[in-house]
Amino acid sequence: MLGIKGKDLTVFLLVAALALLAPFLLNPFPVDSAMAQFNAGYPDLMQRFVIFGIFAIGFNILFGLTGYLSFGHAAFLGVGSYAAIWMMKLLSLNIIPGIVMAIVFAGLFSVVVGYISLRRSGIYFSILTLAFAQMSYALAYSVLTPLTGGETGLQIKQTDTPLLSNIPEGEIGRANLFGLEMSDSSILRFANWEFTMNVGYYVCAAVMIVAFYLAIRIFRSPFGMMLRAVKSNQQRMNYTGLNSRPYTLAAFVISGMYAGLAGGLMVAMDTQVGPERMFWTASGEVVLMTILGGAGTLIGPVLGAGFIKYMENIVSKINSTVLHEWFAFLPDGMEDFMVTIFYPFVGKGWSLTLGLMFMAVVIFLPGGLVEGGQRLKRLFRRKKAEDDQSSAAKTPAE
Amino acid sequence: MSNKNLTRRGVIKTGAVAGAGLVLPTYLRAQDSGFTNAPTGDTVTLGFNVPQSGPYADEGADELRAFELAVEHLNGGGDGGMLQTFSSKALDGTGILGKKVEFVTGDTQTKSDAARASARSMIEKDGAVMVSGGSSSGVAVAVQALCQEAGIIFMAGLTHSNDTTGKDKKANGFRHFFNSYMSGAALAPILVDQYGADRKAYHLTADYNWGYTTEEAMASSTEALGWETVNSVKTPLTQTDFSSYIAPVLNSGADVLVLNHYGGNMVNSLTNAVQFGLREAEANGKKFEIVVPLYSELMARGAGQNIAGILGSQNWDWKLENQLGDRYSGTNAFVQSFGEKYGFPPSQAAHTCYVQTLLYADAVTRAGSFQPCAVVEALEGFEFDGLGNGPTTYRAEDHQCFKDVVVVRGKENPENEFDLVEIVEVTPTEQVTYAPDHPQFAGGALGSCNNGA
Repeated sequence: MLGIKGKDLTVFLLVAALALLAPFLLNPFPVDSAMAQFNAGYPDLMQRFVIFGIFAIGFNILFGLTGYLSFGHAAFLGVGSYAAIWMMKLLSLNIIPGIVMAIVFAGLFSVVVGYISLRRSGIYFSILTLAFAQMSYALAYSVLTPLTGGETGLQIKQTDTPLLSNIPEGEIGRANLFGLEMSDSSILRFANWEFTMNVGYYVCAAVMIVAFYLAIRIFRSPFGMMLRAVKSNQQRMNYTGLNSRPYTLAAFVISGMYAGLAGGLMVAMDTQVGPERMFWTASGEVVLMTILGGAGTLIGPVLGAGFIKYMENIVSKINSTVLHEWFAFLPDGMEDFMVTIFYPFVGKGWSLTLGLMFMAVVIFLPGGLVEGGQRLKRLFRRKKAEDDQSSAAKTPAE
Repeated sequence: MSNKNLTRRGVIKTGAVAGAGLVLPTYLRAQDSGFTNAPTGDTVTLGFNVPQSGPYADEGADELRAFELAVEHLNGGGDGGMLQTFSSKALDGTGILGKKVEFVTGDTQTKSDAARASARSMIEKDGAVMVSGGSSSGVAVAVQALCQEAGIIFMAGLTHSNDTTGKDKKANGFRHFFNSYMSGAALAPILVDQYGADRKAYHLTADYNWGYTTEEAMASSTEALGWETVNSVKTPLTQTDFSSYIAPVLNSGADVLVLNHYGGNMVNSLTNAVQFGLREAEANGKKFEIVVPLYSELMARGAGQNIAGILGSQNWDWKLENQLGDRYSGTNAFVQSFGEKYGFPPSQAAHTCYVQTLLYADAVTRAGSFQPCAVVEALEGFEFDGLGNGPTTYRAEDHQCFKDVVVVRGKENPENEFDLVEIVEVTPTEQVTYAPDHPQFAGGALGSCNNGA
């Protein structure tokens, strides 16, 4: 189907199903239960899951296949965002031109950065990309203030009148797709469960499924094979007379365009841009996502992105009041004791928890969350296989 | 995809269940109430979005303490704090409109993206009907725009840039804190009074939005009174060593250094300036002076001895009522209940957040509804007293509070770590009031209030 088969098809269908059913899967707890704290099925976070999923998928095409570790990918995300918001401010509130221009500008910028940075490999490449990203951040933060809005960033304002959109007097334009507003949601209610079906989320999910499909095709193509060859031994490749630079540059630009797409989508979902989107920590985050999920695997980066965004948005909101509620059933002294123990790991300590988890993954599951899944599967399979064997042993020989 | 058990009966069954599932639920687009997150039960949720990590985490922690205290007082707990002194008596300690106040917290990380993500989760997931807090203008502007779009009220926390109620003002957003223009207007006469009208100023400005508006405000207010601006240099926000920026100051012909810096920037630049001996230096036959437009207790603590004798402005100070009397009533009530609960006096960030929460609750009660447009109407042009700043007005044209500005000076011999500044003078409201279309605030529009859906 669609030119992919076997395991890839299964993974693709799995990702598509997860993306389409996310509003249900992420809201497993009734709204008024104590566990509702852990529900992640609200539009903003679901959008973030898939947008950062796209970002990580693109990053993985570069890092997972060629092994080139870019430490400046957030710059492309930022360039894409700025391009998209300017399109919305000037041309149309329809998100399509914005997203297209986001991809184009991020692509162009990545040609420049890639052309220069790819002259070096290994740590020097990483440092060069990091330098470019920090440069873009500094430019956006202050030097280019008229263009980027400086620290405050850019938003759609009442004074903006895009060429192709009619905005009623006194209203602030909203991002839409042929009239469908991104912020529109319908809420399904079953007894105490609530599921939010958001237009913006489904637009993102559709884009993510396409992006994921493209990534599978790239992974399985001869071009993908060439990129893997770069990773395993670039020198040997060069000695055989093959010029590997065009391949790495193409991979770099493709992954830059993915980042631009993610940036454009971010603006489409939430119409504002700030320069800290390009800060080096944002570049580091996508590296973490990819490694946490499993670099070089198809589904890993998506899982990693979901994992990190979940920690950032859900765990960071557990404060001491919530903890006290959880442990309210314990005697007073015990309650305070438990709260004291857990408090450093939730709320503002979410990054500490994330750090510990990251360490655990890197030490015990070097292949990321995907390896964890594989191990579980193998464990399961082996048991089944053993069962078969034992039953075979029991049948008497003819 | 090898489902071999695909039977006709199975398909029909699944189809029937799926169909029923799609038909059953009540398909709601707009809420019955006609505005976003109308509280339905016997509780109402407020969202407190403060920096819990990053450079302003200290301010954020203090803001959160103030919010918790405000919620406690609104629900009738504690000693009631400023509810006793507040000129409006609509609040009676039974929550807001009889609904118990609950709150959710989030971490802005002092990044607009993170702040918006956390505010959106409060709105979309927790059903917050108002969002407050923050310790940076970039974040305030970003979250204010979000609240406008979503149909939620935004009560800004610590944000000092002109833009929040200037070119980025929004109908659903309100600011109690003062701004760059007010700092300039309040400081200039006192600077002239203390250091003379014939002065040459050298500005070091943090290279971002707040820095620009503060430099502009300081330069134009001091120039209007006879000062001359010799030079202004932008310093990167991430700079930690300012020696290379301080060195040229002495030979520039200037005799005053204005540090348009905040937080860690200010602590470092001031420390460098003092190390370079600027405090003892003489230029143009006058003693060299240093000015810090925006002061905060937390910065003063960071700068230690170096802050002694340096002038700056503040929104509020916990000693106001003790030193300047009844005009600033509410101050002592707040300081007492804050001190009882946490063991130290509150900062101005805590004060503005506490006041904003009370003002919101009061506006809802007076309006008789949580509907944002009703709240906006109740707050616009609202005149009140007894919240620590003296008589105050929420101006309808730009949703900025107008009140006295406190001019302070670093103490030479502080008695303890909370008593680092002394109040020099209080600049009356009239002197810091400006026209809504003042050039420093031009280019924006409030728009109309948004109820969301």
